[in-house]
Amino acid sequence: MPDVTLTVDGQKITAPAGTLLLEACKSHGIEIPAFCYYPGLSLQAACRMCVVRIEKMPKLQTACTTPVTAGMVVITDSPEIAQARKATLQLLLGNHPLDCPVCDAGGECELQDMTFKYGAADSFYTEPKNHREEQKWSPVVYFDRPRCILCYRCVRMCGEGMDIFALGIQNRGSSSVIAPNIPAQLSGVVENGVELAQLDCEQCGMCIDACPVGALTSGTYRYKTRPWEMNHVATVCTHCGDGCKTTLGVRSVSDGSQILRGDNRDKSGMNGDFLCNKGRYAFDFANNVERLTSPLVRHSDGTLKPVSWEEALTFAGTKLRDLRQQRGPNSIGVIGSNRTTNEENYLLQKFARTVIGTNNIDHHRTADFVTLATALQGTTGKFASQRDVEKAPALLLVGGDPTNQAPLTAWNIRTNVRLNKARLYVANHEEIKLRRQAKAFVQVAQFGYGAFVESLGADNDFSNAVRAEEQLIVIIGNELRGGELANLIKALPNAKFALLADYANSRGASDMGVLPDVLPGYQSLQGSTIASEYGAADAPGLDLLAMFDAAAAGNLSALYVVGSNPVKRFGIDPTALKSTFLIVQDLFLTETAALADVVFPAANLYEKSGSVTNSYGDLQLVSKAADKAGTRSDFELIVRLADHLGHDIKSLVPFGSQAKGLRADQGQTRGAESGEADRHAVWITANNLEPKLSPFDPFAILDEIQRLVPGYDKLLRLQLLSGNDQHIAPASSGLVQIENRKDLVLPSSDTLFTSGSLTRYSPMLQDVQRHQTTEVSGHLTSAD
Amino acid sequence: MSAIANTIFSPELAARFDKLVTIYPLKRSALVPMLLYAQDEVGYVSDAVVAEIAQRLDLLELDVRNVLSYYSMLRTKPAGKYNVQVCTNISCMLRGGFELLDHCKHTLGIGHKETTEDGLFSLEEVECIGACCWAPAAQVNYDFHDELTPAKMDAVLDTYRAREKK
Repeated sequence: MPDVTLTVDGQKITAPAGTLLLEACKSHGIEIPAFCYYPGLSLQAACRMCVVRIEKMPKLQTACTTPVTAGMVVITDSPEIAQARKATLQLLLGNHPLDCPVCDAGGECELQDMTFKYGAADSFYTEPKNHREEQKWSPVVYFDRPRCILCYRCVRMCGEGMDIFALGIQNRGSSSVIAPNIPAQLSGVVENGVELAQLDCEQCGMCIDACPVGALTSGTYRYKTRPWEMNHVATVCTHCGDGCKTTLGVRSVSDGSQILRGDNRDKSGMNGDFLCNKGRYAFDFANNVERLTSPLVRHSDGTLKPVSWEEALTFAGTKLRDLRQQRGPNSIGVIGSNRTTNEENYLLQKFARTVIGTNNIDHHRTADFVTLATALQGTTGKFASQRDVEKAPALLLVGGDPTNQAPLTAWNIRTNVRLNKARLYVANHEEIKLRRQAKAFVQVAQFGYGAFVESLGADNDFSNAVRAEEQLIVIIGNELRGGELANLIKALPNAKFALLADYANSRGASDMGVLPDVLPGYQSLQGSTIASEYGAADAPGLDLLAMFDAAAAGNLSALYVVGSNPVKRFGIDPTALKSTFLIVQDLFLTETAALADVVFPAANLYEKSGSVTNSYGDLQLVSKAADKAGTRSDFELIVRLADHLGHDIKSLVPFGSQAKGLRADQGQTRGAESGEADRHAVWITANNLEPKLSPFDPFAILDEIQRLVPGYDKLLRLQLLSGNDQHIAPASSGLVQIENRKDLVLPSSDTLFTSGSLTRYSPMLQDVQRHQTTEVSGHLTSAD
Repeated sequence: MSAIANTIFSPELAARFDKLVTIYPLKRSALVPMLLYAQDEVGYVSDAVVAEIAQRLDLLELDVRNVLSYYSMLRTKPAGKYNVQVCTNISCMLRGGFELLDHCKHTLGIGHKETTEDGLFSLEEVECIGACCWAPAAQVNYDFHDELTPAKMDAVLDTYRAREKK
């Protein structure tokens, strides 16, 4: 649209025609206060705070609903306007309690800020305030009616943004009230003889974030602390594979620093406004009393007993070394995690391949990234990023249920359809909720995605429409693997693709080569740069299930499991591991850890630094927010274990000076006759980086990842360290399609209220599940 | 044959609703008339009424409740068989509307929006019912009674009581 020029407070500003006056002013640094206006949601003009004087208009106008026009002359600040806003505030404060000192929003409340600014604390209203007791609508959403200023933000957020419509406005005038979708008389929830209205929804808490005051408060945070008493750290959520940023409010406690709140008010990540239930509330597993805080070693009486770090590490390291010597490196297996950082994943597979000397490494795979990388090798711009989903003019969703499994993807699709009229095509074996946004929906038979992919070439309305799209983003659920996935990619040559996985770093685990048959960056075990540098075995190792088969057959001498619970997940018979030396490093005594000979208490993703890659390949920085005494990061534990195995740590983690001297070897001191040049030191120098000083510094491994892993070589440190996301595509070519590869993808089948093995350690998730299944069951009408 | 199986309404009303949803460009426009007709038949807007109307109009029950709660003439609790609505807006007020209301409260022994124990009468103070030139006025269900005095009001109430005895 053409730009128009207008005058605001004597200043000439330019904005595209159709821009709202409020937005135009905001982008030029002129602040107009507003309570009901929320970017991206429909306009309400309910609060009257944004009134401005526009020349030639008889009355004050609301800047949030007035589009800019050429030659418009606007005054945003004058005694008249200040008086109007003050009067509005007095009206809003008519029923508002002055409980700021105990209110959760106190200190970060828009009404409080405005009252300070316009000085409307004195009220002319003499009538008593309309008081109502606070209501508990669900384990995570509480409503304090008198604080509500009826801006309707929550109602619109729930309806338009989340497509749930669980909140409404009832009654009228000064008795108007926000109401949840299950009225008191039908809820069946009685407390002190009073029936309570309940909320049946996705429990995302978006209404709480949008609330400009403290009317909606979070069940996990309310009355715990004040905003200024916490440190706020924006880091990546550990739950699903979408890569949302969650801002954690942390406070010092006697054993470290505890997370009290997760929210997204600073909109620090690519999730923009959005955060789901798990991102917002399910940090509480970190504070669970069942967290392991001491290494455990199985004693001769068969019980696990706490021991010192040194004792546990020495025992595990010595035993691993002995077993490697006696029964060979290929008798040892390593299982990695979907929730550890890229650096830890890379380090772990390097540990397996160079310290142990085996390719027996795998993880719980939740999507077939190997096929994705192989099918798209040698192309550029074919991997879709999360940000593409927000903007693309057309989207095809094949399989998957983003609403439940990848909530940000679902939010972006909905927002894109709502605001940009994007065309969404959905093919699914179930009637997923996103079909409500779809232009066309095809029901696929269960396990019938192969037939669907074939039908894309046929002449029918759906396929023709999809093929006619020039800029198509294809989002693929993890139902599609191997040949079906490759055929889908082949069938749509002009599209960009994304494959949905289930956990925070599922993609990272694959990209970093926590797989038995490929190296980091999906490089071949034979002949690739990494292969030559590792000098490891070139035959594929045992996959996860084969390791347990080997264990059952008595051929697996030791198994090292990092942040994973395969015994539960894959239904492994515990007796299979009776003759295997098992080392587990995890947060809790899971089914797998309970069988271990040595257990190391690990830090979770909120307690460490590093980077993670979401399902789309968007790389983001993980910042340490919380701290738990008695735990160590997985990174540190892997390095220490390697040390106790007697391995030269400098060859595992490139830290400090690599050569014998004080300075890093530049390669020029050693010729062909004295061996290989120190490639890492050469690369470090060429990239103007300093060698990292600590073997526990994840960035030392990030250096190596950037040097060796195709795709990650393009990463920009400034972007990463600034907390921005950047899109990484496995860029290598010459990848070999591995024939007869076993399909080991096991979708986690997590819902909005489960998160793998962490579910049972999160009291909030338990409460919400109970709420949704017992208290509000039978009312599952939530817009579906 | 109703569009909804197991409708809670009479066949006539169900047929009327079936037609009502078809005559508006937007289905949900039929919401307010439906609520009113349903209230006339059932006596009040029960949870079952809300559920069926939501189903008929493809709305969420919450949407129906949002609208329902806005209108003071729609009620969610049963009223008496004869709902006495006394106007106290300006014309009626000037000509004794409040005295009339107080008289009703006294003789019926109930207050605003309350129902007598026998379920015969309920009382409501209402806004203008459009009978200003014959003020003070009251409405009993859909019948108007105007130029009332306390004595006349007693007579009106008696006619309804008498109707019951037959």
